[in-house]
Amino acid sequence: MPKVFKPSVKLTDNDVTDERIYRERRQIVKAMGFVGASSLLAKSATADWFWEDDDKKAAARRPLSFQEPGKYSTSETRTPFAKVSSYNNFYEFGTDKSDPAENAGQLQTSPWTLRVDGLVENPLKLDADDLTERFPLEERIYRLRCVEAWSMVIPWVGFELAALLRAAKPLSSAKYVAFETLYDPKQMPGQASRFMGGGIDYPYVEGLRLDEAMHPLTLMAVGLYGKTLPPQNGAPIRLVVPWKYGFKSIKSLVRIRLTDKRPPTTWNRLAPQEYGFYANVNPDVAHPRWSQASERRITTGGLFTRNRIETEMFNGYSEVAPLYQGMNLTKWY
Amino acid sequence: MNRLLSRPLRLPATPRRLTKAGIHLLATGYLVALFYWGATDNLGADPVKALLHSTGTWAINLLLISLSISPLAKWLPFPDLMRFRRLVGLYSFTYAMVHFFSFCAFELQFDWTLIASEIVERPYITVGFAALLILSLLAATSTTPIQRRMGPAWQRLHNWVYAAALLALLHYTWSLKTVWEEPVFYWLIAAGLLYLRRDKLLWVVRKKFKKNLAR
Repeated sequence: MPKVFKPSVKLTDNDVTDERIYRERRQIVKAMGFVGASSLLAKSATADWFWEDDDKKAAARRPLSFQEPGKYSTSETRTPFAKVSSYNNFYEFGTDKSDPAENAGQLQTSPWTLRVDGLVENPLKLDADDLTERFPLEERIYRLRCVEAWSMVIPWVGFELAALLRAAKPLSSAKYVAFETLYDPKQMPGQASRFMGGGIDYPYVEGLRLDEAMHPLTLMAVGLYGKTLPPQNGAPIRLVVPWKYGFKSIKSLVRIRLTDKRPPTTWNRLAPQEYGFYANVNPDVAHPRWSQASERRITTGGLFTRNRIETEMFNGYSEVAPLYQGMNLTKWY
Repeated sequence: MNRLLSRPLRLPATPRRLTKAGIHLLATGYLVALFYWGATDNLGADPVKALLHSTGTWAINLLLISLSISPLAKWLPFPDLMRFRRLVGLYSFTYAMVHFFSFCAFELQFDWTLIASEIVERPYITVGFAALLILSLLAATSTTPIQRRMGPAWQRLHNWVYAAALLALLHYTWSLKTVWEEPVFYWLIAAGLLYLRRDKLLWVVRKKFKKNLAR
C-alpha cells in the first residue's frame, strides 16, 4: 500500500534544483509530444511534393504501347495516379495503405517468371519481356471496388486472361484457376514478419471458376496510366476482376494453375464468415461488420467532397450476371 | 508502491500554466491542422480515412495517457501531475467526439438512416459508440462543483473510464481486417495500466459481488 502523502515542510528556495530537473522532465514529455506531432506534420506537409515526385522515388516505369480503350471501359472521372499508387492494400509490404508505396519500390520485377500449369495441354513459362510483348495490350478503364467500401476508377493496361489461358490450352477436366503471388520474405517484409503482414499465411492465393477466368472482362494487367505497373500496384503482372471486391485481384503473380477443385483463397481462409470464394460486389449482402450498400469514390477533392455513391450489383458490370444464373448470391457471397 | 525519488517534485504556478497552455495549443492545433489538410486534399489518398484514423488513435492515446498520470504521480512522486489529468481526459473526449462527427459527416455524409443502422447493427461501431457515451458522461460531470455535489457517486461514475478504454480498444481492433496490427500494442499498455490498479479494481468487483449476494 502506498504511504499517505505528507507535504514536506522542508521545501525551501534551495529546492530550485529539483524544480529544474522537474522542468526538464516536462520538456522531455513536451518534446516527445512535439516529435510525435511533427512527424505527422512532416508526412502531410511533404505529401504535395512527394506525390509530384513519385516517379523519381519509385521504381522506374516504362511506357507501354497499347490499343485505346474499347467497349469495356468506363468514362467516369479517373482516380489520379498519385492516389492509385499511394493507397494500396498489399499486406506483403505492410498493413497500412501507405506502406506498399514506401516499402515496395525495390521489388525486383526483372527477371521474373510466371508459370501457367496444372490441367493444361501446353504449360507456359513467361519471362519478364513476355508479359508485355507476347499478347497485344489494350487500355481498360475499370471501376475498382474495395471490400472496405471505397472505390477508384483506374486505367489499366493489359490483356485478357482468356488469351493467356487459351495459349495454355486447358484440359476439359479443368474447372477452376488458382493464382499465386510471389513468395520472397527477403523482398517482402510482411512475409518475413507475422506482425507486419497482418498474420496472413503467405503466399497470397486467389482463385476463379474457369468460366469467370475466361470472361472478357477478366484482365491480366501489366500497366497503369500508360506505363508499367508500380510495384505497390502489383508489378510486374496482376489480375483485375472488376466485378469482384478488390482482394480477388491478386498482385505480383508467379503462378497460374488450372485445377478441378475449388482452390483455397487467402481472405476466405483467414475469415470465412466475412470473405467468400466468389466475393462478387453486391450491395444487398453486407459485410458482417459494415454495409456494402454504398461506397466512397476516391478521386480528387478533400473532406467536403460529396463522394458517397450507391454500390451497384457486380460493380455495375451486369454482363457477368449470366455466370451466376440460378445461384443464391447471399449464400455464395 | 516504490518511489523513484526520495522527495516529491513540485511544480510552481507559472510553469504549470505554461504546460497547460502548451497542451491546449498542441491538441487544438493538431485538430485544426488535420481539418485544413483534409479540406485541401493534403491528407493522403483518402482524407476521410486519414482524419478518422488520426482522431480515433489520438482519442485512445490521450485516454491511456490520462490513465497513466495517477500511477506516475504516485511513483515519482509528483502530485502536481494530477492537475493535468482532467485536461488530458477532456481532450480524449474531444478527439473521440470529432472522430464520431467525422464518421457521420464525411464517411457516411449525413445519411441518417445509414448512421443509425450502422450504430445498431455493426458491433464494432456499437462498442465505439458506447465508449463515446461513457466519455460524454465523464466529461459532463468533470467540473469541480459537480464533483463536490456528487460526492462518492462521482468516483463510482468515473470508474467507468476503464470500461470506456477497453471498449475503445475493442472498437479499434474490430475495425481492422486482421488482428495482428497496431492495437496489439495498445492492449499491452492497457493491460499494464489496469494491472497497476488491480487492488482497486478487485475491490470494486468484490463489493459488487457482495452486494448481489446480500440481495
